Amino acid sequence: MLKQYETVFIATPVLSDVQMKEAVAKYTDLIKANGGEVVYEEDWGLKQLAYSIQHKTSGFYYLIEFTADPQFVATLETQYRRDERILRYLTVALDKNAAAYAEKRRNNKLGQKAAAPAQEEAPAAEEETVTE
Amino acid sequence: MAQNNNGEIRYLNPPTVEVRKKKYCRFKKAGIKYVDYKDAEFLKKFLNEQGKILPRRITGTSLKFQRKVAQAIKRARSIALLPYVTDLLK
Repeated sequence: MLKQYETVFIATPVLSDVQMKEAVAKYTDLIKANGGEVVYEEDWGLKQLAYSIQHKTSGFYYLIEFTADPQFVATLETQYRRDERILRYLTVALDKNAAAYAEKRRNNKLGQKAAAPAQEEAPAAEEETVTE
Repeated sequence: MAQNNNGEIRYLNPPTVEVRKKKYCRFKKAGIKYVDYKDAEFLKKFLNEQGKILPRRITGTSLKFQRKVAQAIKRARSIALLPYVTDLLK
């Protein structure tokens, strides 16, 4: 049975663009090699950390949504732990509501990318649901 | 004076009665079903200045969603989107 997951990892800020792509490719390939499927990827870029990790105050965030066998999560996290480029990771299983939210968010972001003028509409709609 | 003594107390200044607005759960009201740990700005509404989670009695969140908010905040903390301890968060 495949389950839906979402993983965020923080890579060290010393990586170059190429190295970062390499790291991402490593994990997406790992997912695919283990019978999973990458549903969505999102690069958050270099972000300031809320507190320092390994004496670093910033890091590259990367989000991957994927479906995989539950046993695969352990192998993925072992790989994270062995990788010196990864400062922190978080893997979360998505339940029914979370999956619905993730899909909405995904479509929102894709819509934003496809059409720049739509950028104003999408965040406004999101804010409405959030603040009220 | 005699007029005022017929069972009714009269004040010089009308006593101020505080009308408190009823608190409500914003998630129930807006129909939000999932609290996202990636949205740090939104989660900051449930934190005090030191980055501690505010109690339900202040935010008015229902128990069901307070648990989800707490879970989301803890996840956000673990990936350094929110601080564990701080001063002057806002």
